[in-house]
Amino acid sequence: MSTGTETVLAAPDAEVPPTVAGRVRKKLTSRTASAISLVIALLWTVPTLGVLISSIRPENEIKSNGWWNFFSNPQFTLENYEQVLFGSRSASGGLAGYFVNSLVITIPSVLFPLAFCALAAYALAWTRFRGRDWIYIGIFALQIVPLQMALIPLLSFFNYGVSLGGFQLLPAWDLDGPAKFITVWFAHTCFALPLGIFLLHNFMAELPGDLVEAARVDGATHAKIFRSIILPLIVPALASFAIFQFLWVWNDLLVALIFAGGPKNAPLTVRLAELAGNRGNEWQRLTAAAFVSIIVPLTVFLSLQRYFVRGLLAGSVKG
Amino acid sequence: MNFDFTAEAPKLMMLLYGVIAFAAVVGLLLLVLDVLPARKDRWIALGLLAPAGLLLLVGLVVPAIRTMILAFMNADSTEFVGLENFLWIFTDKNSGMLPDFGATPVQYGVLLSTLLWVLLVPTVSTAVGLVYAVMVDRSRFESFAKSLVFMPMAISFVGAGIIWKFVYEYRQEGADQIGLLNQLVVAMGGTPQQWLLDGPWNTLFLIVVLVWIQAGFAMVVLSAAIKAIPADIVEAARIDGVTAGQMFWRVTIPSIRPALVVVLVTISIGTLKVFDIVRTMTGGQFGTSVVANEMYTYSFRADERGKGAALAVLLFLFVIPIVIYQVRLMRRRRLEGAR
Repeated sequence: MSTGTETVLAAPDAEVPPTVAGRVRKKLTSRTASAISLVIALLWTVPTLGVLISSIRPENEIKSNGWWNFFSNPQFTLENYEQVLFGSRSASGGLAGYFVNSLVITIPSVLFPLAFCALAAYALAWTRFRGRDWIYIGIFALQIVPLQMALIPLLSFFNYGVSLGGFQLLPAWDLDGPAKFITVWFAHTCFALPLGIFLLHNFMAELPGDLVEAARVDGATHAKIFRSIILPLIVPALASFAIFQFLWVWNDLLVALIFAGGPKNAPLTVRLAELAGNRGNEWQRLTAAAFVSIIVPLTVFLSLQRYFVRGLLAGSVKG
Repeated sequence: MNFDFTAEAPKLMMLLYGVIAFAAVVGLLLLVLDVLPARKDRWIALGLLAPAGLLLLVGLVVPAIRTMILAFMNADSTEFVGLENFLWIFTDKNSGMLPDFGATPVQYGVLLSTLLWVLLVPTVSTAVGLVYAVMVDRSRFESFAKSLVFMPMAISFVGAGIIWKFVYEYRQEGADQIGLLNQLVVAMGGTPQQWLLDGPWNTLFLIVVLVWIQAGFAMVVLSAAIKAIPADIVEAARIDGVTAGQMFWRVTIPSIRPALVVVLVTISIGTLKVFDIVRTMTGGQFGTSVVANEMYTYSFRADERGKGAALAVLLFLFVIPIVIYQVRLMRRRRLEGAR
């Protein structure tokens, strides 16, 4: 816990924790500290709890009295969930279909950037060529470009292709039905690259160089080094970027609104925003719908929190 | 039950195609790498960077440049109009961008509202995150306590919007309140309020939602920074007999300043772009709109591409000073460190 001198010096009141935070907490009297942290913890959880409890209460109960009455008068139903998931589309939700859309949008939108970022980060960290640092700085700088800057031209690129001076250089994508998902994947992949390359590069550049050098001396190709040395080592970094990207895509509204188009391809967030706008007082549906959209990212997040935190720290503190 | 599996099958096929395409692309890239001469780093690098580079060019760089051009063109991008779109933002009284303090209730306008978001969200979230990180540090339930505050980060802005809309829900005076906030107000003898409708305070109630989401991020990063403060600094201060307040302001804060700056900057940049919360909770009505929401409305709802592009460029311009500040700070610290 501490070195010998410190222990001696700390002897008079050895109970004092050795960190700054510990000392501050001690001095503020732990009662105030507990009270403050309890208030914050309650503020940060009770709103979600209210929605969860409401989602399993009967409609007339939700609309006539507060969810906290559930504790004195518990009434339980799954009807709200049945309605929002499987009810006929226009009236109540039809969220099951949108749930599938969210999955179809999210999975490839995580896989593609993961692969492209890993390859690019490897090139920037472990191959030598002129201008490498400039390319890295350029990609790093792209992080600050708000994605709003790309939306209008990207949409017209998908819809009308590229023409220069009346000459059609690239045709319109003309995608219909399920194929429209491709444009959403494309957009999400592009927008994920700057942060992804930055995160993975940071991680790869810190791997011991001797490993790679030794393999190269033995005549291993870059492809082999990447596959058999680098890839196994960067699994934690890949995991944290994958979680980031998963949460980002699953929770995204803007890109989906613009590129997914129409109820056939729109993800949960789009439907949820629609419900909140059109049926703002149908709390029995809104609460259940909100929970359907929250449950997947929450599960992923809580089970893989460790990797997520690691990625967060690597991305923010080192940068 | 009304779930038609046959309607979902084509989408799932599409997902399958997507995953197959992914496997094919990755396999092909690695195959090409194997074939390329091993000693020529330049060609290998080109092969590795090509997909990412191409996508960045097509999906980000070229569109961003085009947006800058569109910002100087008219609604359907057929002719140049000079600075007209920007003049509209900054001088036109009817654009809704400028504050109107004569109106009742006071109208902040889109620009001032956005500024309010950018000032309040980072500072309040960081303050809450810092206090919480200090309070729960080394306590018995630390990791559980942190998970509670961290959890909203997994919730979408849309979901958080609905959660808080429910907290703010209004029922007439005398009726049973179903929103938590009005219930508390009534319990303390007040009259229930329409929190999201009545300006100019409604913007603050939207800001609360983003603070709620971002505080967890601040807490996690700052908590890690606090744990990294060297124990001997703390010991030295303790021997000098500092009080808790001195310890916090003179030891903790200076030691974690780099992390504080990163947190503040990251949250500010994120806040500028926030759109979903406003969209879900008020749709930008009742004087709550922000630049990102107007950008969406003008570009994709009102078919005013010139104005939409100008607003996007404005967002970009707002980010630049924040980034310059961070870079300068980083460079100064590096110089100090070298000395």
